[in-house]
Amino acid sequence: MSTTDTQQLTAKDLATDQDVRWCPGCGDYSILKQMQSTLAEAGIKKEDTVFVSGIGCSSRFPYYMDTYGMHSIHGRATAIASGLKATRPELSVWVITGDGDALSIGGNHLIHALRRNFDVNILLFNNEIYGLTKGQYSPTSPKGQVTKSTPMGSLDHPFNPLALAMGADATFIARSMDRDPKHMRAILQAADAHKGTSLIEVYQNCNVFNDGAFEVFTDKGTKPKHTIFLEEGEPLTFGDGREYGIRMNGMKPEVVKLGDFSKEDLWIHDSSDMGKALILTRMFDDPRKDNALPRPFGVFYQEDRYLYEDAMQGQIDRAKEIKGEGDLDQLIRGGHTWKVA
Amino acid sequence: MSSATEKKDDVTILFAGDSGDGMQLTGSLFTNTSAQFGNDISTFPNFPAEIRAPQGTVAGVSGFKLRFASMDIFTPGDEVEVMVAMNAAALKANLDQLKVGGTVIANTDGFDKKNLRLAKYNEEANPLLDESLDKFRVIEMDVTKMTRQALVDSGLGTKEIDRCKNMYVLGFLYWMYNRSLDNTEQFIKEKFAKKPEIRDANLRVLKAGYYFGDTNETFTTRYEVKSANLPSGEYRSIMGNQGTALGLIVAAQKAGLNLFYGSYPITPASDILHELARHKEFGVKTFQAEDEIAAICAAIGASYGGSLGVTASSGPGIALKGEAIGLAVMLELPLLIINVQRGGPSTGLPTKTEQSDLLQAMHGRNGEAPLVVIAPSSPSNCFETAIEAARISLEHMVPVMYLSDGFIANGSEPWRFPSAADIDAINPRFADAEKELDNGVYYPYRRDEDLVRSWATPGMKDLQHRVGGLEKDFETGNVSYDPENHERMVRIRKEKVEKIADYIPEQAIGQGDQKGDLLILGWGSTYGAIRTAVRELIAEGHAVSHAQVRYLSPFPKNLGELMEGFDQVLIPEINDGQLIQLINARYNKRALPLNKIKGMPFSAREIKEKAKELLAK
Repeated sequence: MSTTDTQQLTAKDLATDQDVRWCPGCGDYSILKQMQSTLAEAGIKKEDTVFVSGIGCSSRFPYYMDTYGMHSIHGRATAIASGLKATRPELSVWVITGDGDALSIGGNHLIHALRRNFDVNILLFNNEIYGLTKGQYSPTSPKGQVTKSTPMGSLDHPFNPLALAMGADATFIARSMDRDPKHMRAILQAADAHKGTSLIEVYQNCNVFNDGAFEVFTDKGTKPKHTIFLEEGEPLTFGDGREYGIRMNGMKPEVVKLGDFSKEDLWIHDSSDMGKALILTRMFDDPRKDNALPRPFGVFYQEDRYLYEDAMQGQIDRAKEIKGEGDLDQLIRGGHTWKVA
Repeated sequence: MSSATEKKDDVTILFAGDSGDGMQLTGSLFTNTSAQFGNDISTFPNFPAEIRAPQGTVAGVSGFKLRFASMDIFTPGDEVEVMVAMNAAALKANLDQLKVGGTVIANTDGFDKKNLRLAKYNEEANPLLDESLDKFRVIEMDVTKMTRQALVDSGLGTKEIDRCKNMYVLGFLYWMYNRSLDNTEQFIKEKFAKKPEIRDANLRVLKAGYYFGDTNETFTTRYEVKSANLPSGEYRSIMGNQGTALGLIVAAQKAGLNLFYGSYPITPASDILHELARHKEFGVKTFQAEDEIAAICAAIGASYGGSLGVTASSGPGIALKGEAIGLAVMLELPLLIINVQRGGPSTGLPTKTEQSDLLQAMHGRNGEAPLVVIAPSSPSNCFETAIEAARISLEHMVPVMYLSDGFIANGSEPWRFPSAADIDAINPRFADAEKELDNGVYYPYRRDEDLVRSWATPGMKDLQHRVGGLEKDFETGNVSYDPENHERMVRIRKEKVEKIADYIPEQAIGQGDQKGDLLILGWGSTYGAIRTAVRELIAEGHAVSHAQVRYLSPFPKNLGELMEGFDQVLIPEINDGQLIQLINARYNKRALPLNKIKGMPFSAREIKEKAKELLAK
């Protein structure tokens, strides 16, 4: 092994010579930076890491990572990553996708990738808009959103991406935001550590076509009241001084004031609890509404399940065990032959 | 009792019945027995798209045509000599194929009032009773009744007993053609090893059918079709889809790669998936994807990772894969796309054959997206053509479209199989960091003299690079919107495909002289019918030759020159004229079309008639 292998990479080592071409002020810059520092910190090997993307602003991502990468076609990155991971289980494979790429044109591939559970990390940059095509509504845009293609407001009921992922039996579901670098690094690390398909939804601001879509969650003034950061084994608390908490009232989560209730009365976060995770993904109120529940961020759900690529290889190993290493002549001959003199 | 034996050179039998009557199995068993006996054989299964179409109706008829001969043959026969009709619908659906003087073996139980009504015969006009079959010899047997009698004490239920009916017919035909029961008995013993009562019932009915011929005095003549004078060697029977699957496995092994097969079930391509899934001991990874697009994209992912990535479908599925095929063209990765063609457009005729996706293969993508197109010509030829397709793809870093069709995919023939050692190794163009790093930089789109780039797969140190569907800079491989660069890259991708003509054989005349009055130029599955027609035309003294084009993109270098040796060129196709468009657009020679678009292959006679018409001019 050469000495370069053991040298600690820095975020800069993972950058390419290509100019980053996102609009100035785009949330994508922050995500790229956190990815570079997280992977450098994790001590990855550049040659064993692959970024696969589809089409959309976020999908330019692989060009800026000095690893292997493929900027593929719209919606199909998850399918391409599946074939790659099936044949090269030892690689670290990341899918970079957006709300249109993953949930509209690539919706079918996303749900099937989640249920199959390849060890692949999927980063879904959700900006609730089509940016690359200059501002049409997306499958996550709120109903009524006025865009170029919906001058009288969008008619579509939006997707709740994490609830969809729960429905597809994903084994790792998390949410983070471009404006909270520290949180994002922690989530990227957790996803990287998870064995199985990780889906990370990142709230990402498109400052050109949908500026401020998540401002209520990211702005210093409103963030404490409208967000709740999930920490394993800890009670769900939020507010400027963490003076509020979430309590389960039967099957319904409700906001309570600490003082009226003690911390022991609150919901304790347990990412292995599927029932709780289902409720957490449904904490999806429009923040403009009165009494809206705060929006959760963090790892919602995590489960150990067999990896597709392992099971696939397992069948090959088993076939070799039973039949022995394949013999081409035997294959070509087949079962019945006859001789002509 | 004694019976006379009449010698025959060539017999075509059609087994026809309800899709649940087991006609495909019956035909296959007769095929295997005849092949092992040493006849040359050619088969053509023809079944409805519905798994169990309404019983007794013409729509539900399933047929298996089998030709066996004491000479070498290339088609499943034009006219049927013996037809087994398990019911009235089977007779109705196929009577036009039976030659005058041919034999109908009719299961009388299938001609009762209900069956006549379902087959839309006038109830009062039973064809077995009126004069409508006067031109034929009719053998009536109440197969149902005799099968039930044979198994009266078997303890089986009526439903299970009736499932043995096909064995009765098979046994009778074995008697008629002097065939041994051994092969089929062996098959039954293996197949029903775990169900002894079903095994015994099938064996008993098979013999009952045989003895019926032997003891019944109405049958005075048996036939004998001697073994064919095939080249000496060891043979097996092979179906086209099977040949394709085996070829893929061999190709991957010969290239030292793992085979990844991404596919979505579709008729008539699914049997390739089934066959490959059985051979995991060769490291074959089969992936049944969520849709056609995912199937090809997963194959592209596998190719990017250094496997032999293959996807297969039929026309509608290939249409869905179009964008991803374009991506593979842009990425310049090896990829095999198999299209087992069927009748189109849209859902078309799923179980019927057609050659109507040639222009889709050539042009069915956005942008200028050239690739290699190659077509096997017979069931056994699928094997070597699949290997050839993989070789071109891996050695030239280019997607290859392989155009099989329903006719050869499901047809079978004897195959003098090669030894694995006689198949050449395939040399993938893997990148080598030592050679390719230029001042520490890897340029993924630098090319050799054949315009082939190198294959750097993840895990190769210092060769990290990014590829994608956006246009590439000629030198660096980075995204480029430069107008000059785009035109240059479009031309390079085309030239790369054209240069492959230096690595494929020149077009040969398969039969006949290099010059003459008429060249019949075919591609794909029309091979057998054209070959038979040309053999007969030559025997009759005509100056006719046959060439079957395997390489459709790029064409063999000498193709234009070869056509110049003939006064006329005829191109028969199972479509409305696709190869002819390519030929007439490219070469000076004006070829003439012969088209059939009925979901059925050509008969040799159809080609011969057209050739004679041209020769008379």
